[in-house]
Amino acid sequence: MDEILEILEANARISFEDLEKLTGKNKKEIEKAIKDYEKKGIIVKYKAVINKEKIKNGNGVIALIEVRITPQKDVGFDAVAERIYKFPEVRNCFLLSGTYDLLLTVEGKDIHTVASFISEKLAPLSSVKGAVTHFMLKKYKEDGVILAKKEKNERLAITY
Amino acid sequence: MIAKHIKNLAPSGIRQFFDLVLGMPDVISLGVGEPDFITPWRAREKAITALEEGMTSYTSNKGLFVLRRAITDFLEKRHNLKYDAENETLITVGVSEGLDLAIRAIIERGDKVIIVSPHFVAYPALVEIAGGEVLYLKTRQEDGFKIDISELKILMKKNPKAIILNNPSNPTGTAYNAEELRKIWKVISTKDTIVISDEVYDELIYEGKTISFPALDNEAKKRTILLNGFSKAYAMTGFRIGFACANPDIIEAMTKIHSFAMMCAPIVSQVAATEALRAQKEVVEMRMEYKRRRDFIVKELNRIGLVTPKPQGAFYCFPSVKNFKISSLDFAKRLLFEEKVALVPGSAFGKEYDSYARISYANNLDNLKEAIIRIERFLKKL
Repeated sequence: MDEILEILEANARISFEDLEKLTGKNKKEIEKAIKDYEKKGIIVKYKAVINKEKIKNGNGVIALIEVRITPQKDVGFDAVAERIYKFPEVRNCFLLSGTYDLLLTVEGKDIHTVASFISEKLAPLSSVKGAVTHFMLKKYKEDGVILAKKEKNERLAITY
Repeated sequence: MIAKHIKNLAPSGIRQFFDLVLGMPDVISLGVGEPDFITPWRAREKAITALEEGMTSYTSNKGLFVLRRAITDFLEKRHNLKYDAENETLITVGVSEGLDLAIRAIIERGDKVIIVSPHFVAYPALVEIAGGEVLYLKTRQEDGFKIDISELKILMKKNPKAIILNNPSNPTGTAYNAEELRKIWKVISTKDTIVISDEVYDELIYEGKTISFPALDNEAKKRTILLNGFSKAYAMTGFRIGFACANPDIIEAMTKIHSFAMMCAPIVSQVAATEALRAQKEVVEMRMEYKRRRDFIVKELNRIGLVTPKPQGAFYCFPSVKNFKISSLDFAKRLLFEEKVALVPGSAFGKEYDSYARISYANNLDNLKEAIIRIERFLKKL
């Protein structure tokens, strides 16, 4: 992967000045590369990783839902997946190999919101054969960032 | 009760200052001589696995062969430097032990040893413990703290048994390029002097390219004791792993002392170090981060009035406090009390350097920015 992408993936808010220092490229080259990545859909979005457990009342509920679906003639899984991922409640949607087909991440403000999404929107779809829901209890690591505990490095304040 | 030559080691003013710093909470410390990064995970993970597998014994005196082999492979790749892993390589407990072994292996009472100052604190102390006599080769800020060849020539006339070189240097961050090292070697090679080349910051170089001293030529290789280790570039200070490479006779002598005084380096640390050599991506990332910080701190120190030449390596710079007409120890004490910023007074690195201070930028950028604000405020009061 290009160095610029690696740096941005770790810190999307890095300044151009720092990017110049880190890559040895000038601002123009970097801007052009980033614009290009955005145009090609390689860079999709810039977002913050938030540890919601630390926000008061910010504790929504996250569910991972395994969905078995019936593929449709000609369009296979894609049309069914589209029908499902267009629901705004669906944060992630992946097609997987194995015992089920789609893995969804669904977020709601509480367990009832998620349950009613499943029973009223997802399950009634004719191509959905079945769904297994797992509610998330704790996030240890997300997008490469460890949320559970910080590593500590207590150095002596002064050494040769 | 205590031996006289031990009692008189190291200036006590500095020790008291260190105690002051260690006893004070919430200090931003620019006095730390070790990385603020944690050891790359893959090395730590190997250490954990080694313990789980029951690796808790001694190793051979020279250290695990697999580590020695990984080191000689690394040196060949990095510096085109070929050492025999069996007879020319010794694993030490940090470079500190390697340094002690090298000095004790070759220095007899009364032997002269050239030390380039400002110097790492352990150099003169270890030479004195071994009964040697130190010849200081002073360098100046206006020369970027690099060796003045004509002064080296004068000291070489005293037939020194050894010269200790530190490239890049603690405390100045000065690094020599190949051409400069060749000029130095040309002078040293006129005598039988042994070169002890402490290259522990070898992988932390930000400007140009350096070469390892023994890579200069075959004769240089025969006469050099190369010391390096994992503490700095691999952020492994607590693991205490260093290594020495030299001709078989010297390694044999160093191993003799090591086998009586230390037995061997800790096995878990040796396993971790072997793995660390594969963490080159992490090393590059840390180096890039140090470089960013160096660029920031040097620019800022000069802006606020502390003259600071741009160092090429390590993670130190050595600004002058001359313009403020204050000793480095008073400067450090007042800065600590008035603004809670710690640094090491220059006099710790040689008594002629009392108008300098060592600043370590092994600290995150936020702390460095805050430290600059505080130092600037402090300077206005002087």
